[in-house]
Amino acid sequence: MLKVKNINTYYGKVHALKNISLHLSAREIVALIGANGAGKTTILNTLSGVTPPASGSIQFEGEGVNGLAPDRIVKIGISQVPEGRQVFKGLTVADNLELGAYLRFRSRADRNAIKLDMQHMYELFPRLGERKKQMAGTLSGGEQQMLAIGRALMARPKLLLLDEPSMGLAPLVVQEIFAVIEKLRQEEGTTVLLVEQNAKAALKMADRGYVLETGKVILEGAAADLLESGETGFKTEG
Amino acid sequence: MLSAYREIVKFLLLVAIVLLLPLLIQEGYLLNVMVFVGIHSILALALNLLLGYAGQISLGHAGFFGLGAYISGILTATYSINPWAAMLAAATLVTLLAFIVGFPILKLKGHYLAMATLGLGIIIYIIFNEAVDHTGGPSGLSGIPNLSLGGFSFDSDLRNYYLIWTFTLVAIGLSLNLVNSRIGRALRAIHDSEVAARVMGVNARLLKVQIFALSAGLSAVAGSLYAHTMTFVAPASFGFNFSVELVTMVIIGGLASIYGSLLGAALLTVLPEMLRAFQDYDIIVYGLLLIVITMFMPGGLVKGLPGVLTALRRKAAKEESGDA
Repeated sequence: MLKVKNINTYYGKVHALKNISLHLSAREIVALIGANGAGKTTILNTLSGVTPPASGSIQFEGEGVNGLAPDRIVKIGISQVPEGRQVFKGLTVADNLELGAYLRFRSRADRNAIKLDMQHMYELFPRLGERKKQMAGTLSGGEQQMLAIGRALMARPKLLLLDEPSMGLAPLVVQEIFAVIEKLRQEEGTTVLLVEQNAKAALKMADRGYVLETGKVILEGAAADLLESGETGFKTEG
Repeated sequence: MLSAYREIVKFLLLVAIVLLLPLLIQEGYLLNVMVFVGIHSILALALNLLLGYAGQISLGHAGFFGLGAYISGILTATYSINPWAAMLAAATLVTLLAFIVGFPILKLKGHYLAMATLGLGIIIYIIFNEAVDHTGGPSGLSGIPNLSLGGFSFDSDLRNYYLIWTFTLVAIGLSLNLVNSRIGRALRAIHDSEVAARVMGVNARLLKVQIFALSAGLSAVAGSLYAHTMTFVAPASFGFNFSVELVTMVIIGGLASIYGSLLGAALLTVLPEMLRAFQDYDIIVYGLLLIVITMFMPGGLVKGLPGVLTALRRKAAKEESGDA
């Protein structure tokens, strides 16, 4: 579904991604793990078009994606849940979700479909349903994370890019969110590329994983193997 | 649905007030003040779309206002073109200009954007002063005709009042529609987090430029209206100070609030007139009032006033029960 070949991304002069290659098949959950500054978030931002790669190729369902603007990339089916959630604090929960469907607003049929999808989000995350009219800034961290995921799902992505969904959340809430991600894969066949510092939790859920260090892939393989080998170069408890 | 209904009632209430106000104030001077409140409201509204909703500052909006006034003025006074056509030309040209300069300028953020728009405003101001052959330079441009419809000329204070407020009400109606739409949501999203808005599929760069151009174009319409009601324009009305005053109107009234713009524009237009009694000290009282408002109503008048009213009511109720 997704094939990334030898991409290089720079922030000014900083060489953030060095010849990164990775691939995802449909319905797979793949984890990107590594320490701070390893380039995990940059990979997601490169895939979503926020920081386009200087070289290399990104193919999504056989089509070239590199160089496309972020809005075009959302349109072809890749949605990102940005790091630190970044919900729109001054907007209500419902408005945040509707914004996720920004590119789908065209016809009356679309509008009805969007309404149904919003209902679906409230079923997926009942706590959001209870807080429809509340400003997103007043939600707890876990609820904001749920909202950020729901908002990304409103674009009906084929591939969901998740950036550190466990950041700053209590273990119980993390479990809850991970359960929803697995449910999404089972029920809707959503493919997920997951960035995590919480390697243990991520690898438990994922099928495969890539371990990054200073902009390079240093290890890849089945999640279970990575989990067992413990050679990930950093602590896995968490 | 209920909120949409309430929005309509609120708007109709405003229309009624605008229609009936001249029954209360017939004096030419007061009507003239209200004409300025109307023009300033359009300007504050235009700037609020950019500053309050999209979160992008402009310290050059007096320049767009001035461009509208001068384009309208020059086309009619010098080239005898129909004032309505001149107004349309002013709005179109300024919108286009803002669209073109918007692309490089709106890449900047925060203080840098403030500096760039400030520079733009100053350049425009210098042109008004220096292009003497066309603008009349510092002494201004006179002989601008009033707008007229058929044989009906908007040449009295009352007629101007209704003319300006028709435009103001239309601008308010359109703005309300815009900010409550999908685009309005996207604007507020850009304000909160541009990256998040972009990964949601919002073309933030284009949308920022579009709202900048719309805001400038609307300011130009206000400029045209100003030129045709005053029949005289001079650069002094379009300097940096006025750009800052517009930002003050938006903030005092309430960021991201349509009716706030109206309140802010009204307060900052009426207040200096009321403070005439303080003579030379008026500017001190004016400054103090603004400081007090920003300190005690950080969300602007539109959020602060209801709070003050309930507090007063509660206090009154308490005193009553205390007496009993």
